Amino acid sequence: MSLEDLYRKTTISPDGEEFEINPIEDYFCTDKPEEVKPVQNILEKFYNWARSESIWILGFGTGCGAIEMRPLMTPRFDAYRYGIQWRPTPRQANLLIISGYLSTKTLKRVIRVYEQMQNPKYVMALGSCTINGGMYFDSYNTIKRLDYYLPVDVYVAGCMPRPEALLAGVVKLKTLIKTGMAEGANDYANRFDWYKTNQKAVILNWDMPDYNW
Amino acid sequence: MGEKILYAFISVFLTINYGFLLNGLIRKIYARVGRRHGIPFYQMYIDLLKSLALRTNIRHGVMFYLGPVFRFTGGIGLFLFMPVIFGSELFANFSFSGDLLLLLSFQFFGTLGMALGASESGHPNSAIGVTRGLAQMTAVEVPFVMALMAIAVQYQSISLHEIVAAQQGGITNWTLFTNPLAVVAGMLAVLGSFMRPPFDVVLAPQEIPIGPPTEYHSNYMVYLQSNRAIYPLAKSILIMNLFFGGATSFGEMMLKTFLVIMWSVFVGVSFPRFRVEQSIRWFLGIPLIIGVLAIVYVQFFLN
Amino acid sequence: MFQKIIEKINLKYPIDVVSKKSDKLMFLTVHKNTAVNTVQYLKDDLGFKHLVLLTAVDFLEQGKFQLTYLLNNPDIKIDIGVRVLIERESATMESAHSLWPTIATYQRELREMFGIDFPDSPGVNDEFILEGWNNTPPYRRDFDTKAFAANFYHQRNSRENNDPSAHMKKNLYPNE
Ligand code: SF4
Repeated sequence: MSLEDLYRKTTISPDGEEFEINPIEDYFCTDKPEEVKPVQNILEKFYNWARSESIWILGFGTGCGAIEMRPLMTPRFDAYRYGIQWRPTPRQANLLIISGYLSTKTLKRVIRVYEQMQNPKYVMALGSCTINGGMYFDSYNTIKRLDYYLPVDVYVAGCMPRPEALLAGVVKLKTLIKTGMAEGANDYANRFDWYKTNQKAVILNWDMPDYNW
Repeated sequence: MGEKILYAFISVFLTINYGFLLNGLIRKIYARVGRRHGIPFYQMYIDLLKSLALRTNIRHGVMFYLGPVFRFTGGIGLFLFMPVIFGSELFANFSFSGDLLLLLSFQFFGTLGMALGASESGHPNSAIGVTRGLAQMTAVEVPFVMALMAIAVQYQSISLHEIVAAQQGGITNWTLFTNPLAVVAGMLAVLGSFMRPPFDVVLAPQEIPIGPPTEYHSNYMVYLQSNRAIYPLAKSILIMNLFFGGATSFGEMMLKTFLVIMWSVFVGVSFPRFRVEQSIRWFLGIPLIIGVLAIVYVQFFLN
Repeated sequence: MFQKIIEKINLKYPIDVVSKKSDKLMFLTVHKNTAVNTVQYLKDDLGFKHLVLLTAVDFLEQGKFQLTYLLNNPDIKIDIGVRVLIERESATMESAHSLWPTIATYQRELREMFGIDFPDSPGVNDEFILEGWNNTPPYRRDFDTKAFAANFYHQRNSRENNDPSAHMKKNLYPNE
């Protein structure tokens, strides 16, 4: 789909009838995300425990680190012990692992994917590339700090972090969830405009709706 | 009638929980075969809670809601129209004469429901996913129906209750010994409906990120997962009733269904996956031939 | 082997420079006008059927781009690179997509990364990797990548850059 296809235009149907379409309004929901304030009670604590014990990772790899996520499924590291599973779709997943540098082209896809995940959702960023640019700090095409574009819950340092470090990151994330501090989705909703400004500053052809449900 | 409904609730509840734990156990077995420690056996419950605890969810219209409901109904329906435990009022459910035909149609119910729901979700690949599922399902049914017909002819009945009754009174009365060909055909065919390798490409979520359940999350996911607990169990109860003499107590039911499911697990951990067209070819090969032989055998040698 | 090939080519098209790298690899520099014809001759008549890659080098000081068509002959297992120098200013080159359809992708990439135009190549003006790029093509050497990255992307200010050898020396062997 190209940029022009997204805006209001007139098309001619096969019968020769002319009508106006506006793809952004017709196919996408234009509402902004809303904050869902967690009620601080015992039920929420219980739910937080369940969330932390059932972490579904989205199978989406960027950068070098995608290759370091695979060993986690093998007998040697066996992330399943911690209640971690891989899901193929953003709708079901609740943890998005950004496994390395993000070119602006990938960033665009990552944003779409992140926005399709449902609240509560968590982001874990691997490697120095997501922290301060790493060895790609002078690249014309990669972003240098992820937390300007998406709310990051846990950073795992290293280039590339070993699977053990990744597991340590997950354990850290679990404690964050249990204490109710991993509220990235609400943060994203609250500071939506700030995040959008940052995202649009680096993504030059923004050919999608502002919020991808 | 009121009592019956209450009993049905109780038996569904018990069976679902048994199904959850069984699924957990099976995942543990898979992990141990792969020399892993594996996920906790109670993980299913946590996943359900997590799905329920999602704060937002996305709707795509009425059919989208109904998809998982249909699917779940398919599983529950299959279960509810079978006598689970022979001679027990609590677990007799709603079985009636001629239920065998109803059960056959219920197997398709879930997949068709998903087809409707998934197409409403607007996911571009859902149609191909559902088609693959239905194609394989159809190929599974052919040898399975052959086995069923052999049994129906053998016992001169299409009531599950009567078929079970005819098998009572000693292990030699089981279909397993009176009509081994039908049992072999049925057991081979039924591998295809347990959603395990080698026949699970149609839903293998990690390999093929397409297919009907892509858009489903939160409560819908709960339905789908509950169905995954109850459907294989219902299927194995059907197998138990048809081939292995039914059950007269809850313990016997658990043992027999466990063994039937273990059959699919053993096959699953030992063999790699078929692609859809390969598995269709396989089902229409050896199992179908054995199924036809079973009918011939019943028709000309048994009576 | 190479000698024969060179003689055969020389009969039809002029070769400027021959640089032999090994028994298996040789580079020929040819004219811009005859380059695609030479490549076609190599492909059709001399058995260099496989296009390994098409790439460019920026010779900023001479004001030239050097294109290299690297070809492989799978029968005798020999690689030949056909080099051609083109002007850097409004660089254009004849498209070779009639020889290999896949070369269109390389040409699209060169169009985006170096700004070399290949008229008539299918989809050559489509975006390849960069989406919505509106600056100097990034692989040109007069594009200052570091300055661009520093201005364009948000930085984490705590970042320190160390020269690795000096840093190691300071930390590990401070007295030497
Ligand atoms: S941190 Fe290192 S390993 Fe990770 S993406 Fe960057 S360069 Fe690659």
